[in-house]
Amino acid sequence: MQGLIFLVVAATSGFAAVRLVTNKNLVHAALYLVVTLMGMAIIFLLLTAEFVAWVQVLIYVGAVIVLLLFGLMLTRAQIGKTALDRQQRWVAGPVALVLFGVTAPVLWRFFDGRTISLDRQSGNTEALGTEIFTKFVLPFEVVSVLLLAALVGAVFLAKKD
Amino acid sequence: MPDGYFGSYLTLAIYSLAMIGLVGGTLGLNRLVSPKVPGKEKMTTYESGVDPIGSGQSQTTIRYYMFALLFVIFDVEAVFLFPWAVVFEEIGVFAFVEMMIFVAILALGLLYAWRKKVLDWI
Amino acid sequence: MIAEILGNGYVQLGMKLGVLMILLPATLALGWVELKIGAHMQARMGPMYPGGFHGWAQTLADGIKFVLKENIIPKNADKSVFSMVPYVTMLGAALIYVVIPAGENLVIENLEVGVFYVLAASSIGVIGVLMAGWASANKYSMMGALRAAAQLIAYELPLVLAAAAVAMMAGSLSLVDIVEGQKQIVLAGFYIPFLPFQIIGFVIFLIAATAEMTRPPFDMPVAEAELITGAFTEYTGIRFAFSLFAAEYITMIGLSAFGATMFLGGYAPLHTALEFIPGIVWLLAKTGTILFLLIWIRWTFPRLREDQLQKFAWKVLIPLSLVNIFITGALKLTPWI
Repeated sequence: MQGLIFLVVAATSGFAAVRLVTNKNLVHAALYLVVTLMGMAIIFLLLTAEFVAWVQVLIYVGAVIVLLLFGLMLTRAQIGKTALDRQQRWVAGPVALVLFGVTAPVLWRFFDGRTISLDRQSGNTEALGTEIFTKFVLPFEVVSVLLLAALVGAVFLAKKD
Repeated sequence: MPDGYFGSYLTLAIYSLAMIGLVGGTLGLNRLVSPKVPGKEKMTTYESGVDPIGSGQSQTTIRYYMFALLFVIFDVEAVFLFPWAVVFEEIGVFAFVEMMIFVAILALGLLYAWRKKVLDWI
Repeated sequence: MIAEILGNGYVQLGMKLGVLMILLPATLALGWVELKIGAHMQARMGPMYPGGFHGWAQTLADGIKFVLKENIIPKNADKSVFSMVPYVTMLGAALIYVVIPAGENLVIENLEVGVFYVLAASSIGVIGVLMAGWASANKYSMMGALRAAAQLIAYELPLVLAAAAVAMMAGSLSLVDIVEGQKQIVLAGFYIPFLPFQIIGFVIFLIAATAEMTRPPFDMPVAEAELITGAFTEYTGIRFAFSLFAAEYITMIGLSAFGATMFLGGYAPLHTALEFIPGIVWLLAKTGTILFLLIWIRWTFPRLREDQLQKFAWKVLIPLSLVNIFITGALKLTPWI
């Protein structure tokens, strides 16, 4: 059952991802991205990563897409019906292929044969919290510095004029 | 009907589909009963009675983008608060201090944005 | 296949989906209540004729009228995106109800991440507003949508942070656990909810929720006089009703029920002696209290200016809610509580 749902969701997200890069209308492309991200959230749900799934919705659908749409609406180029094509497919294609060629085997080697138990009655937010706040204290604090750097950078760029 | 975790989300999925069906059904009903008298003027973009000039999908100012960026950063921060809220009593003072350092570093960023007058609407 | 999925739980499922069916009537009822309260606050009568008794059928008549209206999509609009908007906004509004408990076992689904789920689900609406503004290809809509989106994201943060403080109080994200946590302290028979400990959080929640629904005094994005209902200028008939009215009132009831559960003890009775009254009555009473507060705010305060809006969110509410989280943490770690 879960496998069937996974196939449907994965196919939908994959299709949306293809439409995302082939679409000439930037806002439509952003909306296809929403479909892809929601598909990812459902896949997280299928893997019983309940909290991560809703983080995906809150951060990506609720925040990053909004940022992206604001960004699109800022650009000088006509959005909507006119194409914004820099004719760089021949660079983008190989780059994407190389990235795929590097990440796919790595992920395959790492996760091949690993299984998780789907037979659970509840989520695992508590386990996640314990992991972050006892084992990964330093990475967690580094995240705040990273976010701070992003924030300062953004403010600096916006205030340059 | 599977119970537990997957049962919950199955209900959620069916609920969402039912909601979409409800909206779609009402729109369908509207299609059946409403009049359809399209006219040239009726189909134009509304601009207070004046003929619309230029494209409606125009550019906006950078300040919206700034606020969206600030929001993304603080949203990521806020997300960490939830698993923390669940476990901080068990871990105790250590977790509390940990989170306060995290929040303080980001509050510093907010202060920087404040001093640089990014938070002002001009 | 379907029988295999549903099994013998279909009666239960049907009852759970029944909640969906009361959403639209509840929306109409709330619309009428708001019209009447607003009218009486301004020493007017409000609707008096439709249906006879105090115009009770006013919003029902409005609803029927919306269904009968012609549906217009402007020539320049992006048709597919334009017609997707009602689905997105309605879904974002209606998903909240899934986790609101009306009793310890009387809840559609008690998700473990309940609080977080409500916040995530209600953030979907922003996309709907931006879609509406862009697809209409109208300058008013575009401006309204940008204002609305900027407002929704700015006030989402205080909402999230206030909710995080409540989750800290209960040590859980499940809304049932949060209500049960508010049954812990009993003073002379009275159940003490989180409200006295989270009074800052509650005020932040009320303000942020008002802003999230773009209701006055935070209705700059839909300002009728300047922006002609903002993102939804080009929407007509039933699409307009769904995208704006239904979504607003459904969110309003949903967020009020959420607030009642988080701060006022949800289905928990006020006093131990009143346990015999079912939890759903308590939940509705407390939700009604918050709804009345929201309506009262709407008819009392004048509209803010756009520049005051962002300043207020970032310079007052967000620092305040961070302080609130600090206070809550300190309170929880103090041994005598």
